[in-house]
Amino acid sequence: MKDSIKIRMPGLGGQGAVTAAHIAATAADTVGYYAVSNPFFGAEKRMAPSESYARIGTVPIYDRGEVIYPDIVMIFHPQVITMGKSYTMPFYAGIKENGLVIINSDRDLLTDVDKKILDALNVKVLTRDFTQFAIDKAGTELATNMAMLGALFGALGTVNKPAIEEGIKDRFLKKYTASGGTATLDSVIEKKFKKKKELIQKNLETASAAYDLTEEWCKEVGFQQMLESPKGTNS
Amino acid sequence: MSKRSDMTATKNWSGQTMVTADHMLFEAPRTKHFMTGSEVLKEAVKRCTVDASVSYPITPQSEAAHLIGELWAEGYVGMYFRGENEFGVMSEVAGCAMSGSRTITTTSGPGTLRAMENFPQWSGTRIPCQLILMARGINSPLTIQPDNLEVTFMLETGCMIWYAENVQELFDMSIAAFIVAEKPDVHVPIVTVVDGFFVSHTRESVMLPNDDIALLPYEPYKSPLPPIDSETPPGRFLRDPFVMKSNYISYATHASWQWEVRSAVERSRPYAEHFLKGLLHESGDVDAEIAFITCGTASHQAKEGQRELAKLGIKSKVIKLRTIRPFPTKELIKSLEGVKHAWVPEFNVVGWLEKEVKTALYGKSDTNIIGGPRVAGGMSLPAEAIIQEVMEVLNPGKGA
Repeated sequence: MKDSIKIRMPGLGGQGAVTAAHIAATAADTVGYYAVSNPFFGAEKRMAPSESYARIGTVPIYDRGEVIYPDIVMIFHPQVITMGKSYTMPFYAGIKENGLVIINSDRDLLTDVDKKILDALNVKVLTRDFTQFAIDKAGTELATNMAMLGALFGALGTVNKPAIEEGIKDRFLKKYTASGGTATLDSVIEKKFKKKKELIQKNLETASAAYDLTEEWCKEVGFQQMLESPKGTNS
Repeated sequence: MSKRSDMTATKNWSGQTMVTADHMLFEAPRTKHFMTGSEVLKEAVKRCTVDASVSYPITPQSEAAHLIGELWAEGYVGMYFRGENEFGVMSEVAGCAMSGSRTITTTSGPGTLRAMENFPQWSGTRIPCQLILMARGINSPLTIQPDNLEVTFMLETGCMIWYAENVQELFDMSIAAFIVAEKPDVHVPIVTVVDGFFVSHTRESVMLPNDDIALLPYEPYKSPLPPIDSETPPGRFLRDPFVMKSNYISYATHASWQWEVRSAVERSRPYAEHFLKGLLHESGDVDAEIAFITCGTASHQAKEGQRELAKLGIKSKVIKLRTIRPFPTKELIKSLEGVKHAWVPEFNVVGWLEKEVKTALYGKSDTNIIGGPRVAGGMSLPAEAIIQEVMEVLNPGKGA
């Protein structure tokens, strides 16, 4: 069992990998972990490589920037692998023993060499079409990142669904609105609230379903809890 | 420009209760938040009774300038506008500050270099403005990722330079920075540096005082140069430069004023010691024979390395420099007593901090200073790389 883990999330611009890391860290913080998230991207454009990183632990986290030695790699788009749209090649470069790779793809993208290397490190690989999963659950491929997020926490097992909800709300309801202009901003938010509430609900349902799916998968393949449970609550 | 006339004896124009920096930084109760460096800078500016901010939304940038604009819309910042370009922004910041306004802006990378002429002009006119420098790459081939090479260009501008390690330090430092820069016996610009992305875009927990308090306003009549008074020496040099007289006075004026600006930076030491709780911080094993001399994110990476080395039974410590100008020479010499080897890990190719350290220590310390490990262009500096460098010296040829 580890006192901290590092998660690398390569995706493509517009997929919400940055948002996913943001919510992952916020949710982990909510249940009492030390957590840090940061993005990495070049010129901002859709379909360009965009990565984000989350670090979660029961000890203070100093490490910053790109995750070079990840415990978990989450591939948000098949092109990360097939076209090398990533800051690291191959996509599992640096992965630690007993790690986990979650791939959003409708087909198996691993070569025999990849499988051999990952097997030798006892790295488990979950390949699922999380985009289709998001379309089925939320009615939009934009919720792909929520499905990936749910899958991550289903595998970790120590960040519960209410915390994920807290993370999603924190991102979409902007709790930190400044008081000076609150009156104006509140009226805008109220008007949009119905739509926003639906958005949050659908995102949450998607993440929740993916959580259950991965939890089940972990039992099937014998993937053990890798991160210590949080020691206290920071919230 | 300023909303000074809207203030009461106890409240600023946005209704915040005005407090001293000591109360803000050391006494006011704090609550936990989870935010990025850019977001925390907004929170700091919100609590600083800032008169003016000028921005230019160049890429690479952070959301910081945009968020300060939101503060203006919300009524917390007196004046906010967009410059024509980075050179324009820094010139306009000078104008705002000369008129007696507490002024802040942010920049990074190529924007910093484009504005460069202004920084020594800032210090020469003794304005106490603050620049938040979120360091990014500057050279071709282009990178917009964190790389602090640009800081080396700032070192001799006559501005104070502080370096924050993380989101929390950015908050606390940027508040203290105004107060120290505005001290009548200091009164020079301050550059608060953080590593772009590693701080500006990184989300982590941070403790903040309530936003119903704010710093007491800047008092421009404590300035060594009367605000916008170009007729009274030495301010007169702005519109009627002595060099135009082409006599011995021009040399004497320039030389003495250059020394004076640097002396002013030196005079900031006791204030910085108070507000930053020392010009450098040590962590790890105090009596270690191995040390890392760092600033900014490199301190974080070195702390990670220190923790891993401890697991291998090797004692080490991290000496984090919090101010670069003034440079904490005396403090560093003391911290290095008993240290055999000290590494200087950096996020740039030239090793400017290594050069600074070696210059400061020349003839005054027996510690073996080793430059590196260094990364650039946005690369990470993993603890593994630091440990490898250490092992190559401690255990030559055998590795970690």
